Order: sequence, then C-alpha cells, then structure tokens
Amino acid sequence: MPSAFAPQIPVAANLLELRGVACERDDALLFEPLDMAVAGGSIVQLEGPNGVGKTSLLRCIAGLSSRYRGDMRWRGQSLQVARAAFAEETLYLGHHPGVKAALSARENLLWWSALRGIGASDQVDAALAQVGLADYESSPCYQLSAGQQRRVALARLFLAPVPLWILDEPFTAIDKHGVAQLEVWISDHARRGGAVLLTTHQPLTLIERVVKVALSAASDDPAAEDVVDGEY
Amino acid sequence: MANTELGAFGVMAALIRRDVQIALRRRAEMANPLLFFLMVCTLFPLGIGPEPARLAALAPGVIWVVALLACLLASDGLFRTDYDDGSLEQMLLSPASTYLLALAKSVAHWLITGLPLVLMSPLLAVLMQLPAGAIPTLCLSLLLGTAVLSLVGAIGAGLTVGLRRGGLLISLIVLPLYIPVLIFGASAVQAAADDFSSSGQLAVLGALLALALPLTPLAVAAGLRISSDN
Repeated sequence: MPSAFAPQIPVAANLLELRGVACERDDALLFEPLDMAVAGGSIVQLEGPNGVGKTSLLRCIAGLSSRYRGDMRWRGQSLQVARAAFAEETLYLGHHPGVKAALSARENLLWWSALRGIGASDQVDAALAQVGLADYESSPCYQLSAGQQRRVALARLFLAPVPLWILDEPFTAIDKHGVAQLEVWISDHARRGGAVLLTTHQPLTLIERVVKVALSAASDDPAAEDVVDGEY
Repeated sequence: MANTELGAFGVMAALIRRDVQIALRRRAEMANPLLFFLMVCTLFPLGIGPEPARLAALAPGVIWVVALLACLLASDGLFRTDYDDGSLEQMLLSPASTYLLALAKSVAHWLITGLPLVLMSPLLAVLMQLPAGAIPTLCLSLLLGTAVLSLVGAIGAGLTVGLRRGGLLISLIVLPLYIPVLIFGASAVQAAADDFSSSGQLAVLGALLALALPLTPLAVAAGLRISSDN
C-alpha cells in the first residue's frame, strides 16, 4: 500500500484531453485520429496490436516527440503552452528504465529525486522497501536482475506524488507477485484521485474500472512499425 | 507537487556528482583518452628521434593536437549511456531546465576528461622536451582550452546520440569548431617557449570559453531534443 508519504491529490476533472491526435511517421499517420480524455481517478489502457503506435503516442504525450497532429490539452491548456506545469505533474516510465548500472538502487533514486527537485533520502529508503528492494539498496544495479532494475524504476512512483502516471509496458520483466502489487499501486493511485495512462498486453485482473482505448491502424498505412526508441 | 526545493544549482550539482561518481567506478573507460594522450606523446620521440631541439620545436603543436584528439575521442560517449539506458528521457522530461542539465553534463565531462589531461600535461611536456618556462602556459592554455572543447564537443554528442554510428559525424560537426581553440592554444605555448608573452592568445582562449559557456548548452539542449524525437 502506498502509505503516508504519498499525500492525497485533489481530484480534478479531465487532466489530459486529446482531440484528433494521431502520431506521424514519415508523413503517414500511424493510427486513426484519436479523441480521448484522462480524468483524475481514471485508469486508461491503450490497446492495439504491435506497431500501431502506442509507444509513439505516449512519447508524444510525454513530450519526447513532436511528431503528431491534433490538439493535446493539459488541465484545459494547450500542452505546448503548459509543458512546464505538465512536466512537474507527470511521471513517465518508458521501455528503458533509466537506471544507471554503475550506481546503486539508492543512488539512482536519490539522483532522480534531485532531478525532480526533491531531496529526501528517507523517502528513497521507504520507496525501495515498497518495491521490495530494501535489501538491495546499496548493491550496484548491474548486479540486479532485469525485473529488479524495473522495480528500481517503479520505485519512482512513490517518490514524486504527481497526478498523472504514464506507464509504457510497466509489467515487463516483473514477476507474478510484482504484477499484482503494481496493479494494486495503480488502482490505489486512481482511488486517491490520480490518473494512470498505460499500455500493456497483460490482462489487468485486479483493477476494476479500466477505460480501454483502442488504437486502430490508419487505413493508408497498415504496415507501420512499432517505434522502439533508438532503433530504426 | 515535486518542485524546486533544491533549486536549479542543486540539480546541476546532483548531476555533476552523479557523473563523476559513475566515472570513478568505471575507471577503465575514463582512462581511455588519457592513455591515448600518454601513448601518442610517448611514441613521438621514438618516431622523430630524441634530439631535444627538434622535439622542443614540435612539442606545443603535438601536445595540443593530441589533447584535442583525446577530447574528441571522449566526447562521443558524453550522452551515449544516458541515451541507451533511458536516463536522458528522464532528464528531458523532468521539470529541471534542459539548458542547465546540458551545462552540468558538459562540466562533468570536463572534470572527467579535460581536467585529468591538464594535470597530466606537465609530464608530457617534459617528455617532449618543452622548455620548463612554457609549462605553466601549457597548463593554463589547456585548462581554458579543454573546457571549450568539452562544451563544444557536447553539441556534437547531443546531435548524434540518436544515431547508431555517430562517431564520424561527430568529428565532422565538431572539428571545425575545435580549430580556433587549437590555433590559439598551440600558439600560446609556442610563444611561451620562445620567451614571448602569451597573454594575447590566452585572452582569446578565455574569451572563447566565456562565449562557449553560456551559448553551447542552448545548442546541446536543442540537439538532445532532436535526438530523442524518434
């Protein structure tokens, strides 16, 4: 259970709104333009076959990519204007965990919280305990397994109490017990008024109300390929 | 929400500390450019012949060229691991300013590669028979010069980090910008070796540093945004 250090987040109506948004790749649309709203307290799961552009869409929303058409709004403001506020209020976990192999789990999280402008080391210990890495906090991350490294990345969910979580395949490399835990964290976050936008091919069993948004491949470009950053 | 309890300089300090910490744990990688610097300067007397007069005439140019190539060699890796493991995404998406993060990365890179080069240079100066009177100028010119090289190298590194083989491209982007540093750096040392004043050349190096320090992070930040946009 996310405990005392994750304070209540005020419930807000539509945090994020997309109107006619479609990602582009080589001047072709990846999927049919999409209308979607993510309200506080909701869990939205993007669905679609491999290569339809789920990761691309999340990267566009997060602000890593600008290759999209359409209008994105954050708390009613155009996302292009509201980027700074958006950056403070979202947490993005992509395919790469963003964990430095040479640093320990603890050092990784301390650095990350410094990056977010927070510097409390007791929170880091609590977050590591939360993801089940209390005994590994000072071993370098290259000694950890892929799943454990993933957990280090997931520990960030407990460090910065932000309203919107953007999780791209968060269950990758996580064991069964961990998947159940993560599902509980996600639904707890929604219960506290936060919103979660995620992609996964794993059936979500513990979360009651998941809004499923299906991406359908754009008709003119059926052979669009999945976008894994760094690969062509 | 997560905000600026640490302040902009706290974030920069954390990034510099992190990079230095990582470099200290991966000493072999850090030693690579230094070893290159040392090896080439050791091979030169063997190749040219040990006559002090001939070596001394070549010393300023050789030491500077090798230092520049060592910096070029090192700059390719500036953002590579951050890009590969996803740390760069987290940096770009954090509320911290990309400009300051780019500046901090360059400063950290200089501390890891440029500063050790400067500290090693007196040894190589002796090896290359550089007159003892020119050694302080050599150190000072390298101190200013390698800082500019790190800052400028970050532009190339930021632009090419998204490419699988950016090695050659980074040289093409960065070398033209390195050339003024080389000219003024080597000529400062040459002047000092010939017992002339080198303050003019050093002042130009200082001016280049004063320009590079505030301006290159702008280009680096833009380059990183382009690189991550794929």
